[in-house]
Amino acid sequence: MKRFTWFNATALTLGFAFLYLPMIILVIYSFNASKLVTVWAGFSTKWYGELLNNTQMLDAAWVTIKVAVVSSTLATVLGTMAAYVMVRGGRFMGRTLFSGMIFAPLVMPEVITGLSLFLLFKPVFTQLSAQTIILAHATFSMCYVSVVVSSRLVAFDKSLEEAALDLGCTQFESFRLVTLPIIAPAVISGWLLAFTLSLDDLVIASFTTGPGATTLPMKIWSAVRLGVSPEINALSTIMIAIVTVGVITASISTKRAALRQRAEERAAAG
Amino acid sequence: MRRLFLISVPYLWLLALFLIPFVIVLKISLSDTALAIPPYTPQLDLTTGWEGIKSFFGALDFENFVWLTEDDLYWKAYVSSLQIAVFSTLFALLVGYPIAYGMAQAPEQWRATLMMLIILPFWTSFLIRVYAWMGILSQEGLLNQFLMWLGVINEPLIILNTNKAVYIGIVYTYLPFMILPIYSALEKLDGSLLEAAEDLGCSRFTAFWLVTIPLSKNGIIAGCFLVFIPAIGEFVIPSLLGGSSTLMIGKVLWEEFFANRDWPVAAAVAVVLLLILIIPIILFQRNEQKQREAEQ
Repeated sequence: MKRFTWFNATALTLGFAFLYLPMIILVIYSFNASKLVTVWAGFSTKWYGELLNNTQMLDAAWVTIKVAVVSSTLATVLGTMAAYVMVRGGRFMGRTLFSGMIFAPLVMPEVITGLSLFLLFKPVFTQLSAQTIILAHATFSMCYVSVVVSSRLVAFDKSLEEAALDLGCTQFESFRLVTLPIIAPAVISGWLLAFTLSLDDLVIASFTTGPGATTLPMKIWSAVRLGVSPEINALSTIMIAIVTVGVITASISTKRAALRQRAEERAAAG
Repeated sequence: MRRLFLISVPYLWLLALFLIPFVIVLKISLSDTALAIPPYTPQLDLTTGWEGIKSFFGALDFENFVWLTEDDLYWKAYVSSLQIAVFSTLFALLVGYPIAYGMAQAPEQWRATLMMLIILPFWTSFLIRVYAWMGILSQEGLLNQFLMWLGVINEPLIILNTNKAVYIGIVYTYLPFMILPIYSALEKLDGSLLEAAEDLGCSRFTAFWLVTIPLSKNGIIAGCFLVFIPAIGEFVIPSLLGGSSTLMIGKVLWEEFFANRDWPVAAAVAVVLLLILIIPIILFQRNEQKQREAEQ
């Protein structure tokens, strides 16, 4: 018995207004001609033009993307391995410690993770750089990847792997030919999650970076500490647009895949 | 052989980049500041064998922790972090529950879209979502302009750079974490239980209070932990939206590290923050485990 009442409709309208209005306002004011972000002075795209001429900002964006691609790929490999070990690995020495180390980074305050990695890196590396950010990001992202992948591993039927082994596959072949295609959607969404976490991270990157390696969030941070700036609004709008297109495309394609699968199942049953 | 490889690679990675750094934090929190330049005394000298180990542990002391209790800045920062985290969790629950309830009551074909709309902000940059409020809450910002235009207020409200703005920021950014677990609990709720309650003479409100709320308890608990735990150590929100009087432990740690460059004290601050977080983290994990077992 579901009853969609006026109360429900109001709660949803107000709730989504609260979630989305700030971002919509941000986008609108990125097209404001005035430097004062609270006064509307007509439509203009000049802040986008200035953004494209801001080489420091573009350099930072490039560093951020490189760090995000490398660290999320590393995190996906490590996280998938960790998930496989946790779900299929059986018993081994120090399993409790291992699962604790996978869970803990998810709830650890970023300032602590950042500080601890800095104190580790400082004596080991002669200079902190983009490489040390990559190591830091891969470490906390792999835990998110392993959570996403292991939920998929738990759900699928172990006997499929066993069948492959019975039919003469080696352990590795059974992983590559049976397990990997089944968990692929989870591995991909794990990679995407790791990628966005890395793109987004200010705190851990600030602790583990060195001279010359400034990421986009660090650049945004130093700009917005001084107050609201229309150029940052323009940059935010671009980032929001990319994410929105990405998420909507992904959700449509998963919906299509689900529909196709249902149709195939129906055809097979009929 | 292959199994050993599979286990050891992620295991060693996490040992080296997660566990060992914590041991280092603990060690440095017990060390003395040598003008913020490493190496910190004492250093472990294994070449002298047992004597070296003994003198290493002998030289560690709780000086930095004593310092934390002497300066009431730290004490106040811990209390105020806890207070801000508790209240913003309650506000997030009050705002989030009706939304989750509305989603669960919505027609089936809407739900996937509503769900996507809740998750979408989570993929957008955290920093940008916090920044968006700066233009809204400032003294000449849009909220004040709007309220003055309505005639509700005559003078602008001062919200930005106060704790109020921090509450708004935390509720706003962590709201999806509150909504999703509650929604998934409410969605599973069997509507016939409510019908039964009403047939037996409950009013709709009593039925909600006696049936719906208890059955969504696990979602409420999970949501509260998911907001409370990250809120305690939050740094970006108090720095951008809070004022100079807003004390939160994440901000204090950051300043101790970047402005004062006092790494031993920053490490001690981190250790205490971790001690505060251990209890909620363990409770949260237990709640999750209980739920998983209940589902099986």
